[in-house]
Order: sequence, then C-alpha cells, then structure tokens
Amino acid sequence: MPKTAPRRARRRGPRRHTRRDRAVLCVLLGLPILLDLVLVWGPTMASVGLSFTDWDGVGDITWAGLGNYAHLFTDYPQFWPAVRNNLLWLAALGLLATPFGLLLAALIDRGVRFSRFYQSTLYMPVVLSLAVVGFIAQLILSRDQGALNALLGGGKDPVDWLGDPDLNIWMILLAACWRHTGYVMILYLAGLKSVDPTLKEAAAIDGATERQTFFRVVLPALRPVNVIVGVITVVEALRAFDIVYAVNKGRNGLELLSVLVTDNIVGEASRIGFGSAIAVVLLLVSLGFIVTYLVQELRGEERR
Amino acid sequence: MTVPAVRAAHPVRPAGPSGGAPGRRRGGRGGRDGRDGRRGGRWGVHAFLLAVSLAFLAPLLLAVYASLRPYEETARDGYFSLPSRLSFDYYRQAFTDSGMGRYFLNTLLIAVPGVLITLFLASFTAFAVARLRLRGSLLLLMFFTAGNLLPQQVIVTPLYVLFTKVPLPYWLSDSLTLYDSLWAVLLVQIAFQLGFCVFVLANFMRTLPREILEAAVVDGAGVWTRYRHVTLPLCRPALAALGTLQFTWMYNDFLWGLVFLSDGDKLPVTSALNNLRGQFFTDYNLLAAGSVIVALPTIVVFLLLQRHFIAGLTLGANKG
Repeated sequence: MPKTAPRRARRRGPRRHTRRDRAVLCVLLGLPILLDLVLVWGPTMASVGLSFTDWDGVGDITWAGLGNYAHLFTDYPQFWPAVRNNLLWLAALGLLATPFGLLLAALIDRGVRFSRFYQSTLYMPVVLSLAVVGFIAQLILSRDQGALNALLGGGKDPVDWLGDPDLNIWMILLAACWRHTGYVMILYLAGLKSVDPTLKEAAAIDGATERQTFFRVVLPALRPVNVIVGVITVVEALRAFDIVYAVNKGRNGLELLSVLVTDNIVGEASRIGFGSAIAVVLLLVSLGFIVTYLVQELRGEERR
Repeated sequence: MTVPAVRAAHPVRPAGPSGGAPGRRRGGRGGRDGRDGRRGGRWGVHAFLLAVSLAFLAPLLLAVYASLRPYEETARDGYFSLPSRLSFDYYRQAFTDSGMGRYFLNTLLIAVPGVLITLFLASFTAFAVARLRLRGSLLLLMFFTAGNLLPQQVIVTPLYVLFTKVPLPYWLSDSLTLYDSLWAVLLVQIAFQLGFCVFVLANFMRTLPREILEAAVVDGAGVWTRYRHVTLPLCRPALAALGTLQFTWMYNDFLWGLVFLSDGDKLPVTSALNNLRGQFFTDYNLLAAGSVIVALPTIVVFLLLQRHFIAGLTLGANKG
C-alpha cells in the first residue's frame, strides 16, 4: 500500500488544533459518542448480560446461565415458527422484491417518458408506515368485507387470508414486498445514474446486446449498491415488526423474533431475561451480516 | 444506507470535472438501442410500468375510497360497489373523537427536533471523521454505522429499565421519569439514527474538494468555522435528502412509542392509529380515514422534496 505513506505524512502535518478547536471537538464529538454509547451500545451489552439471568423487571435478578437459551431452543413453541417466518421474510425480500426493484430501476433509467410519475408512484408505499401498510392489508384481505374476496367473488366460502395461519404469512410478505420494491428501486435508480455512460458505450461498440451490457458491465459496476441493498434487505427482514403487530400482534401464524422479544419484555409476562435471550439470537444473526458488511466497507476505504 | 452506495459507485466515473456527460444520457433516450423494434419495445415497457404503477397505487386508492363511504354501505355492498354517498365524515370523526390532532402534535414534537438535532450532531461528527484526519476516525465511523444496524429489539429492555430509573422534574415530564415521556422517544430516535446520518454525510463530505478546506486552514479558520461556514453549506443537497428520509422514519416509527410511552395521550400518531380500532367492533372505514390522515404528511413531504431527494441520492455524480 504505497498510498498510506504520504497520507500519514500529511496527517502529521503542520495542523495543530488550538484550545478552542479542541473544546469544540470535545463537545460536538463527545455528545454523539456519548449518546450512542449510552443508548445503543450500552443497552446492547446489557441485553447480552441479561439474557443469562432470570428477571421479571421488578424483583431480584438471578443468574440462570444458559437456561434461557435451553428453554428457548427446546421448549418454546413460538420460537421455530418465528425463525422460519424471519427466514421467509429474508427470502421474499431478497429473491422477489430486490430483483423486481432492480428491474423497475433499469427500465426507468433507460429514460422512458413519464419516468417521474412511475418513480413517485412506485416509491409511494415506502413513505407509508408499516402500521398503515398493515392496516391496508386488512382492508384488502379481511375475510368478510375484504376487497380481494369481493374481487374473487367467493361468496359462500370466503378465504380467510389473514386468519388462516397457513396462508397469512404469505399475504403479509406480499405487503412487505410491495413496500421494499420501491425502496430498492430508488437505491438502484440513484446508483444507475452514477454509472459512467462511456462504459455502456464501450460495451455497445464491442457488440454487446443490451442485456449483456446490463449484466456484465452495469451490474458489476454497481457492486457497492448491491452490497448496500443486500444489507438493507437483511436488516429489514430481521427487524420486521410493525406490519404483523398492526395486523394481529404477531400471533396465529405471524410470529416473528422481534415480536417474541417485545411480547416477553413488554407484555404482562415481563420475562426480561428470556426476552433478552431471543434478542441476542437476533443480534448474533444481524452481527454476522454487519461484520461482513463492515469488512467490505473497510476494504473500500483502503482502496480510496 | 442509501447514499453511500451511490457514492461508492463513483470510482467508475471519469475524474474530469464535468464528470461524464449527464446531459448526453438524458438526451440519449435509448438512442443507443437498435432502431428497429424499439418502438414496440417502448410500448411494452410503458404498458408494464403503467400496470405495475397502478397495481402499486391500487391499495392506496382503495383506502381513500373506503374512507369516504359510510361503513353500513360497504358492509352491505362490499368495497367494490358504487357509492350512494361520499363524505368526509370519517375524517372529521377521526379528528374529533380520537383526538388525532394531539397525536400529530406528539409526533411533531419528536420528529422535528429529532431530525434537526440528529442532522446537526451527525454532520459535525461526519465532518470530524471525513475532513479532520483525526486518528481513529475509521473506527469512529464503524462505531456509529454498526450501531444503526443493530436490531431495535436488542436494546429495548435495558433502555426501558434505564428510562424508568432516570428521574425528571415535573415540569419536564409528568411521569417524573424519562420513561413515559416524549424525551425518551426523542433521545432514542436521535441516538439510533445518528449512525445512519454520520455514515451518509461522511461519505458525502469525502467528495467535496479538499482545496476549499485547505484554503480555510491557511486563512486560520478554526474547526467550528471550517465546519459551519465552509463544509456545511456544501452539504445542503445531502442534508435535504437525509432530512426527508429521517422525517419519514421518525414519523413512521411504531416501536419506540409503543414501548417507552404508557400514557395513551402521549402516543405518536402512528402508534395511535390502533386507538381507532374498537375492542369488539372495528369500523374499517374509520380506520381507513385514519390511515390516510397518517400517511398524508409523509407523502406530501416526499412529493414536495422529491427533486432534492433524488438529487441528494445521486449527488456526487458530477463532482471530482
């Protein structure tokens, strides 16, 4: 890395901060660091600690060792369905919504007319809160008056789209994808605008078809965007909460890890140690992705 | 996490000050495609995009339509029926009976200061990370970025405990603790969103020409001046895009309000939507009206700032 040497030299350069500069730095850099430490990283560590204890939030905290985890993996009926649903969520967002968003972005980026209209419309669901999305899902999918059943005309024997535990997760996934597609689209749209057009021209001169150009030239150039989209997809899939909570509080087929955490610590049960153990499982999965992502970033940083 | 992606895509761009030829691609309208069959393909693309757009809009339109009709009517005829009467009654009802006005105020009390403080703190941090060549700035960047990627549920319990332990005087919080006060939600929002904003702004600031800053240093400008008067004005597009995103997120937040507030009157508007749901009977049309009311501000903000928003995301595309 020949680049680092001059950089370091520059860093050591003549610039010395005055006392006033240092005061400004201390306050304005210290404040955000303090906030993040106290309200994000501290609680994260505390959650890990609490996951090894029994606590109802009021009485004494007693050490439970791995008891919570053992209970969670073997004896908590909602756990594995929740894991399954989180994985389904990941698969739906990653394999359906993301490619679809990319396709829409590619089409719009070709410079069709009315692109502003398409762009705004497709992005519209993203600005809605998931709670609203959850409610709209009910409007369409509810058994007795839902629009979908009205459309299908299933008068005698209406399908209970949201009540049937074999069915409802798919419907909710559809709603989640509806929202995620627009998000992915706007990211790719922004990314595509920054791809150097001469690259495409060069490919065209070399006789590449439009499809080849896209997959072999444009998409590789978008690698950083792909990484970000991947991270966002994972984070969204793991964090999913609002929409099922708005529909039926995450019960009856709509269990999610995030819902189990919330139920255990906020609900009447108040099993904080146990809820934390679920949260730690969630954390470990997320950390896997976060670390991968940060390593990527770090490499990019070195190249810069 | 949006903008950095875009920024990072830049190495492929030529380094020239004109930064490629954006004007050219704009005018290019598929000019590089083969001439034959282009028209047919074009219509296909339009038909496809239009169909998808309508499919995306349909649920929203349905909600608006339902909200304008009385419940008895849709209960009898279903949502796909011609209206005998349209009215704004439900909107009035949502505001008067369930006090949406107050919930809106709660949301604004959180989201407006939240966005401003977050952007201020994050922009300074980003400035320090990206422009001051401090030691450990990369670590600092990761500290914030990774913090934003943690699942919210992981930090909920300890925060809940912490907030119930922090006393506040009565004039700050009528619950006498940080728990069950808007401060709690505001603080968490700021702390949690800082990471994202620092990340985006730091990436953005890296693209600003160094010379301007060097010149300021030569002129003897202190850290604050270099931040406030040299760097910040150049960041306006990125700040606009971030502001839009942040407002949407803070406005739409559901979990924090649910967990850290127990007094129903303090709920932000998104969490309060559930209040329109009855214990035994839910008037879906009333809920539809509530949803439209809740959704409207973010849609309006997005449509108004759309140009800045996209510009902020694509920014750097013509910077050296």
